[in-house]
Amino acid sequence: MPLETILTVNNLTKKFGYLTAVKDLSFTIEKGNVYGILGPNGSGKSTTLGIILNVVNRTSGDFSWFNGTTSTHDALKKVGAIIERPNFYPYMSAVKNLKLVCKIKEVPEDSIREKLELVGLWERKDSKFRTYSLGMKQRLAIASALLNDPEILILDEPTNGLDPAGIHQIREIVKKIAARGTTILLASHLLDEVEKVCSHVVILRKGEKLYSGPVDDMLASHGFFELRTEDMGKLKEVLSKHPSFGKINGENGTLTAYLKEEMNAEELNRMLFETGIVLSHLVKRKESLEEQFLTLTKNN
Amino acid sequence: MVRLLQIEFIKLWNNRASKILITSYFVLLTSIALIAAIKFDIGPVQFHLADQGIFNFPYIWHFNTFVTAIFKLFLAIVIVSMMANEYSNKTIKQNLIDGLSKKEFILSKFLTVVSFAAISTVFVFVVSMILGLVYSDYNELSIIFSDLEFLVAFFVKLVGFFSFCLFLGIFVKRSAFALGFLILWQIFEGFVRGMLRWKVLGSDSTDAVMGFFPLNSMFNLIKEPFTRLSAVQNVASQIGEDFELNYHVHWYEIVIVLGWTAIFVYLSYALLKKRDL
Repeated sequence: MPLETILTVNNLTKKFGYLTAVKDLSFTIEKGNVYGILGPNGSGKSTTLGIILNVVNRTSGDFSWFNGTTSTHDALKKVGAIIERPNFYPYMSAVKNLKLVCKIKEVPEDSIREKLELVGLWERKDSKFRTYSLGMKQRLAIASALLNDPEILILDEPTNGLDPAGIHQIREIVKKIAARGTTILLASHLLDEVEKVCSHVVILRKGEKLYSGPVDDMLASHGFFELRTEDMGKLKEVLSKHPSFGKINGENGTLTAYLKEEMNAEELNRMLFETGIVLSHLVKRKESLEEQFLTLTKNN
Repeated sequence: MVRLLQIEFIKLWNNRASKILITSYFVLLTSIALIAAIKFDIGPVQFHLADQGIFNFPYIWHFNTFVTAIFKLFLAIVIVSMMANEYSNKTIKQNLIDGLSKKEFILSKFLTVVSFAAISTVFVFVVSMILGLVYSDYNELSIIFSDLEFLVAFFVKLVGFFSFCLFLGIFVKRSAFALGFLILWQIFEGFVRGMLRWKVLGSDSTDAVMGFFPLNSMFNLIKEPFTRLSAVQNVASQIGEDFELNYHVHWYEIVIVLGWTAIFVYLSYALLKKRDL
């Protein structure tokens, strides 16, 4: 089955005066994946989302929703999006705000209850928006974005400014939504957040794309071992002679050995035991997204 | 179109301040009937305003449309803030993200403005009709339904004025400042008039030039009705003064106001399109 393309972005550029916020950016989003847009603050994440959501004008390049079969504003009716802060009419209750969104999106009002229950706001449905805490506002925004059962859910820094409980609630909701097979595009500067839910990433720095593709392929890396033993010198000597290992670092009494080719932990353990080294600590790890991200941004 | 109006209605009617202002506006429109109650009874001097002919058909159309147009300032506040609030609450951004196009956004506001003007016109028509039927000295059908162009002018005047308010709301983005700007603009037009009259042109040509300015053109649509009152004219002729005013609504004045309406609506759209939110 061919993958269904939801969004295509081609050579998108946005300039604010002299500042280039987004530079020649291209990527595609396919149905069913969870994408992360990663980048430090000011790297152009929100600008990119603003452009594809019709609130920021592009300088050059183009983008198309659903293979360009509909106009942008019609396409947006099949999209659920939350940008930065939740924006609703402060003097209206949650239900009334959602009814208004239903009118705009041209969907029936039947699913309001279901969505409010999903984000745990049904009990507060008649409270005015301005009485909500930030966490509740953000959850209402998610409920609102889900009203049309969107093809894709776009979240821009959804946990920004929330307390740990709020962050946890939002993440649980996002995971629940991802589990239903909804395509998600999540912009964040919190790497562990992206790592926990995303299968694909687009990495930006100063408006330029550094990488886009599956998280697992980000670095052609086979991972590394963290090792400890009594005779660290001998261990280091043995490993540096072994063809499978590249860089070897020792710090805080732990040796970190990076693999150049695939090797599992049992194999290494057996091999070291045979040369007379008994390990007290053996962990095989892949680089975390954070380490990969730092490596990527450093190399470029 | 109904959908766009419904959207605006939800936004407006749930806002307490707008609700109060809109309600008081229509109450005030109705209260023009209270003029009928103005009565002085000081010994030998008996004065009953309703008996002075202000409610005579077809003069009442002129008088009521002129007087009630003053109340439009109430709706101006509502309209400016319904536009500016979208910016301060950032709901305009959310509306667009939710799938409202920029064109639909402007259209929904414009339709609201047109509805306000239309409802006001109907209101004034009904109130004047009732007052006229009660107090008018002439009740022939042909007289009752003459001079109805004042209602058309009233409608156009409101649409033009409210479109100006819409534009200011989008342009300035803050309701208080937008209203301040409106007052500033009024002063500006007065200043231009003064300068033209004083240094450049004669009285007639000044009026002609000023007729092209937005607020002035809207004001021109319905001229002041007081000098038309027979009571006033009697007094005037006794002291040898003669008013030669052309009270009628002129087609070119309507065209100018409609032109400004188109310009304001288009500028609002262009501004919204150009801006990054």
